[in-house]
Amino acid sequence: MSMIKADRVAFEYIRRDEEGNVEGITRAVDDVNLDIAKGEFIAILGHNGSGKSTLAKHMNAILYPTEGTVWVDGKDTADEKALWDIRQNAGMVFQNPDNQIIGQIVEEDVGFGPENMGVPTKEIWERVEESLKAVGMYEYRKSSPNKLSGGQKQRVSIAGVIAMHPQCIILDEPTAMLDPSGRKEVLRAVRALNDVEKITVILITHYMEEVIHADRVFVMDKGRIEMQGTPKEIFSEVERLKSLRLDVPQVTLLAHELQKKGLPLPKGILTKEELIQEMTRLYGSGK
Amino acid sequence: MAIILDHVSHAYEKGTAMQVMALDDISFIIPDGQFIGLIGHTGSGKSTLVQHLNGLLAPTSGNIYCDGKDIHDEDYPKKELRSRVGLVFQYPEHQLFEVDVFKDVCFGPKNLGLPPKEVELRAYEALKLVGIEDEYFYQSPFDLSGGQKRRVAIAGVLAMKPQVLILDEPTAGLDPKGRDEILQQIASLKKKTGMTVILVSHSMEDVAEYVERLIVMNHGRVLFDDTPGAVFAHYEELEKIGLAAPQVTYIMHELNKAGFAVRTDVTTIDEARDEILRLVRA
Amino acid sequence: MRYYVLCGRDDSFCRDENMIREITLGQYYQADSVIHRMDPRTKIVGTLVFIVSLFLVKNMVGYAVAAVFLASVILISKVPFKYMVKGMKAIVLLLLITILFNMFLTPGETLVSVWKLRITKEGVRQAVFMALRLSFLIIGSSLMTLTTTPNNLTDGLEKLLKPLRLFRVPVHEIAMIMSIALRFIPILLDETDKIMKAQLARGADFESGNLIKKAKSMVPILVPLFISAFRRANDLAMAMEARCYRGGEHRTKMKPLSYRRQDLAAYLTLAVFVTVIVFTRRVVLPFSF
Repeated sequence: MSMIKADRVAFEYIRRDEEGNVEGITRAVDDVNLDIAKGEFIAILGHNGSGKSTLAKHMNAILYPTEGTVWVDGKDTADEKALWDIRQNAGMVFQNPDNQIIGQIVEEDVGFGPENMGVPTKEIWERVEESLKAVGMYEYRKSSPNKLSGGQKQRVSIAGVIAMHPQCIILDEPTAMLDPSGRKEVLRAVRALNDVEKITVILITHYMEEVIHADRVFVMDKGRIEMQGTPKEIFSEVERLKSLRLDVPQVTLLAHELQKKGLPLPKGILTKEELIQEMTRLYGSGK
Repeated sequence: MAIILDHVSHAYEKGTAMQVMALDDISFIIPDGQFIGLIGHTGSGKSTLVQHLNGLLAPTSGNIYCDGKDIHDEDYPKKELRSRVGLVFQYPEHQLFEVDVFKDVCFGPKNLGLPPKEVELRAYEALKLVGIEDEYFYQSPFDLSGGQKRRVAIAGVLAMKPQVLILDEPTAGLDPKGRDEILQQIASLKKKTGMTVILVSHSMEDVAEYVERLIVMNHGRVLFDDTPGAVFAHYEELEKIGLAAPQVTYIMHELNKAGFAVRTDVTTIDEARDEILRLVRA
Repeated sequence: MRYYVLCGRDDSFCRDENMIREITLGQYYQADSVIHRMDPRTKIVGTLVFIVSLFLVKNMVGYAVAAVFLASVILISKVPFKYMVKGMKAIVLLLLITILFNMFLTPGETLVSVWKLRITKEGVRQAVFMALRLSFLIIGSSLMTLTTTPNNLTDGLEKLLKPLRLFRVPVHEIAMIMSIALRFIPILLDETDKIMKAQLARGADFESGNLIKKAKSMVPILVPLFISAFRRANDLAMAMEARCYRGGEHRTKMKPLSYRRQDLAAYLTLAVFVTVIVFTRRVVLPFSF
């Protein structure tokens, strides 16, 4: 059964100048069709302004499509009665770690979602504990969020979402403002949620290294889905990605450069192990 | 304009139990016209260090000399120092405030007390240097795209005609193309003006690509100060402090281990490609 | 929880390691004591009662009782005394003015006269009383904020003010606004610091010139700050909605407030204290204090 399904979704908004006159209409999302199965790890790539964040906000009814329909676990997001079910079921983590933590103590922040849902007190505590443990932040439960690093704050935000027991979690560039070690921490936590808890993950990013473990990748440009496929398929098309203002991991790029110079390497090499394997296959070791 | 740091230390909350040595006995020289990379994980002291270079922070001990003069002497002209050492903070677009792009860039040179003609000339030049087209000059800076905003903010510092330009993570939050564009812009700027550039970065791939000298900081100390190739040879020590070499360096190490006689001091894709081709075609 | 305040003057920004420094008024001090564990409502009511009782005090005996009471509570709270004193720093000037005004401007029996000013016996008495009252007041309220997390405090206020909902006062919303403000004040002050430094790096001058020029020089700080605050507010509202926030209805509490034995004991102690204070009003001392 599908977790999130989008059928010919479009989202338009009206641009106005300072006097409020209509300047034009921007089609931020344009004719998007998606079908994400439960338990999948999906990555959405796209340059800034490609519409990926706007699309993401459709997945938990923060925005509603101006055309087409989005279903979350079979429920139409435009259906007001289903609103709170949808938001509980599809949790969302945003980019800026400071702007999404509400509580002044880590554990209180994680409890915020369950409190809103009306979960009984005792169960809130159980959920907070298990969620903080799931992201490895349990020992910081009494800390002030202001004292945490960016990566830690994002992990707290993730815990805050999983405490609502969603089936699906959408992460809108969760690592964009973090340093490399923070990025790694967050990604590790996200992958564990997918592997261990079987939560469907939709990761929006423009860091290519974060995408290689995804089951499927969607690449967006001008509000449309321009490419989709496995990471291997996507990264085989180095030039196309570059024309979409994106990039590929360094290994892939190196392999691509070598190919261009005539080395018969296969397309879409994603890890250094693969590259070395291929090189050994081609030239034997000890060349 | 050479900058000399002589046993510079900076302690936060000095004299209390909470005392933290943000900088711990740092000495080095920044000669004219170098392209320097400064790396270190969050909290290693790199932000504190760059704020010392233009006098925003003062060392709690030690001295900083610019062209042989101590910048914390009473009679040292602070404002002039800030125009000579331009500092572009992280997410500089958050400091834009004027009604249009051009006025915002004029803010710096105007503060220097230059005549209006000169102010405008400098603003124009600076905007051109970062590749902002005339059509954007009279738009509100808040209507621009993320990458454009950032370039306008950098122009705001360039308009002061600094001899040393420090950029604190200029690519943070940009998409890959945006990252490349900004870095290439900086590199070409460096070439055109011959100024000293200090690039604070988290991306090993970026510093490897652009800088000629790499300073690695850890716990307020300078851990390495050498060419990128030489620094990344210590990749195991870098990993211990939460950093790493560029991915391509690891590839070369692995290839070498697998029996390919490639050099391992390679830090960029182009170098790696040439090195592998050299071997394969030999 | 860290609170900061901008330090205004000082032409040597660069000499000052932090443009923004910490103050303690309202800072939570982590410790494990009966006072810390007490229901915030008890502490709020207690503080209010203590403050009111200070105004009932008529003579030195009353202040002595209040001092003993305050000292014992501080001891029980396990908060080092120096934190209380830190809170006092903020009001030193106010304290001085109060003392001077009272000393010189209270009519009565002259003790010393300097030039045209006279220090009267009544004045000294008034000054001492006012100083004590103010200090006790500040120490008493710092004690409350030092032993209660801001969140707990808003929770307590929310529950205490609940009856006002009958009069359509949005008590839950006010409490939510307060706790969000508490969370964001340090972040925004940090941000102010950053913006200030960034504009300084562009040669901005916040010091020289007359008042109008100085006010104008704040524009490059205030505009970015407001923009950032709005952006944060927007983000936060979205994040809250995404986490099913829909006002106070249907909400449960992770940490519901409930009175326990210690609270009952505290209320009883408080009652005894007020009775004693009221009683001290009748004590007539052999000397004029």
